[in-house]
Amino acid sequence: MNAPAPYIHWGFILISLPNFILICVMILLFVLALVMPFPHHRPKEHRDE
Amino acid sequence: MSDDAASGAADQATQPLADDETGWTASVRRRVEKTLPISELLPTKQPAYVGSFWVVLSGVVLAFFGSAWWHVSSIGHFFNSIHFWSVQMFFIFMVLHLWGQFWGAGWRDGRAKTWMVGVVIFTVSIGTAFTGYVIQQNFDSQWIAINAKDAINSTGVGGLFNALNFGQMYGLHVMLFPIGVTLLVVLHVIQVRAKGVVRPIDDPMQATP
Amino acid sequence: MKTSKVDKKTYYRGVAMVPYDLLKEVAFAMIGVLAFVLILSAVLSSPDVPSVTLQSWSKADPVDFLTTASGELSGSTVVASYGPPYNSGSGSVQSWGPLNLQQWAGVHIPINAPYDFVLEPLTQTTAGDATLASALTAYEGASGSQQQKWLANYTTGLSTATLAADGTVTVPSGDYGPVSVLMDRMLTLARSGGLDALLLTSDHFFQTDFSRPLLFLDDGGYIADLATQQKLDGDDWGVMNETGRYPGQAWLWLYTMWYQIPPFNSDTGFLGISAANTDLAVVGVMLLLTALLLLVPFIPGLRDIPRWIPIHKLIWRGHYAEMRRQAAAGDPKAP
Repeated sequence: MNAPAPYIHWGFILISLPNFILICVMILLFVLALVMPFPHHRPKEHRDE
Repeated sequence: MSDDAASGAADQATQPLADDETGWTASVRRRVEKTLPISELLPTKQPAYVGSFWVVLSGVVLAFFGSAWWHVSSIGHFFNSIHFWSVQMFFIFMVLHLWGQFWGAGWRDGRAKTWMVGVVIFTVSIGTAFTGYVIQQNFDSQWIAINAKDAINSTGVGGLFNALNFGQMYGLHVMLFPIGVTLLVVLHVIQVRAKGVVRPIDDPMQATP
Repeated sequence: MKTSKVDKKTYYRGVAMVPYDLLKEVAFAMIGVLAFVLILSAVLSSPDVPSVTLQSWSKADPVDFLTTASGELSGSTVVASYGPPYNSGSGSVQSWGPLNLQQWAGVHIPINAPYDFVLEPLTQTTAGDATLASALTAYEGASGSQQQKWLANYTTGLSTATLAADGTVTVPSGDYGPVSVLMDRMLTLARSGGLDALLLTSDHFFQTDFSRPLLFLDDGGYIADLATQQKLDGDDWGVMNETGRYPGQAWLWLYTMWYQIPPFNSDTGFLGISAANTDLAVVGVMLLLTALLLLVPFIPGLRDIPRWIPIHKLIWRGHYAEMRRQAAAGDPKAP
């Protein structure tokens, strides 16, 4: 892990692969959180608390 | 103490405040009971639309790492590693939480202050991370400190906040910043619990039953 | 914002409530992330590139060390003429128009480079070294212009110096006056580790302020070369990066981005922003953006973005479906 990291050079952007992977994982987690169904009981109808 | 007096004292402890009770303690108690009754601090029911579970989950994870993990001693590389990766997790979940709150416009319906406290937590966390980076006592610390000093000096604050002063950075990182973050997070959670989770966008609160 | 005064019962009217175990979720979240962190720690460990010392520097690159030491003595290094908070120079003072916070703040961490980095440590090591003692006397007794002449000659000589196998540096003969002795002793002092200690401890035994040794390191090229190899330079988005293959500080992407683009990195300025005051300009821009983020709830346009880009339709799709269902069924509770 102490060897130099690979870098992605795109225009003026220069980002290390570990950082890039981390950002991709974050975006993925966000998207998953949006689309995955939430595990809870189905709401009862017309119930006020 | 007679039985009467003892039972009187016990009764008083469990009774609600009488209207004629005054004083600082009574005022604060009234305010707290109105804003944050125990049923709201630990609700057993939530609106069904707390669907994006990571909003609650990320806030919960932040509460955990924010006040506990930075305590981990640096003795042993394994503990240093735990600290390193948990900081990465802290920022990942905090930013996910920020994204979620932004896209859900979580500041609506009187929750602007909650949002603002959240942004302050974000910036204070960056400060906490910075002081942490410069006290690692390795090459990284040296390089970060000597570069950061130029930015800090340019603002005129360099004489007060010296990134090259290990003692100062250490005290800030281990005590002052975490106390700040913890207090702010507690405030943030109280704000959320006091008001409850925000309603969905374009789902106006109904005025009539 | 009338809704801020509305009680919860009214606020949640029409909304179904479901059982939800908050503490159980807290516990699961904590345990889950803890497990993940423990695995990452065990498998990937964490970065820890050892620090540079004046000793390791003087051994690894004695010519660069001597260049820096003689530069400190002549007052020609960056730190020597930095400006506040170190001294009354102006070489590194950044301002924006009339705004000169750095100058106004004044000197609070006094650094007198020729004295603090060279003459003072050497003065403390004259015991048993009569040659050094007389070299110091000769140097300090000479005029400023004579001192600069010796130092300029020494710098020229250094450019063609030879490096011996034992790490000592031989400078071709020239008119260096006492400077050659002073520099020779600086190198010996550094290689022995004594300079690290002397720059740090000054007159306290217990010391936690590493300003002097770090500023001395900063003036040299050695630590900067090591940083360039690790892609930690500011020009390489270095603020975001970590040594080795570890993730760094991805959340600082916006802060470091400005350093990569004009006018922040150009000599020709724009709105008073140029390479001459990049740090101040970036800090200013980031403070402004942070203020905007803080005040999102109050800024029209900015606060409407979530409405215009309807990611919320995904977040609350269950609720919206339920509302549509109730409306279709002619439910009186539906909006």
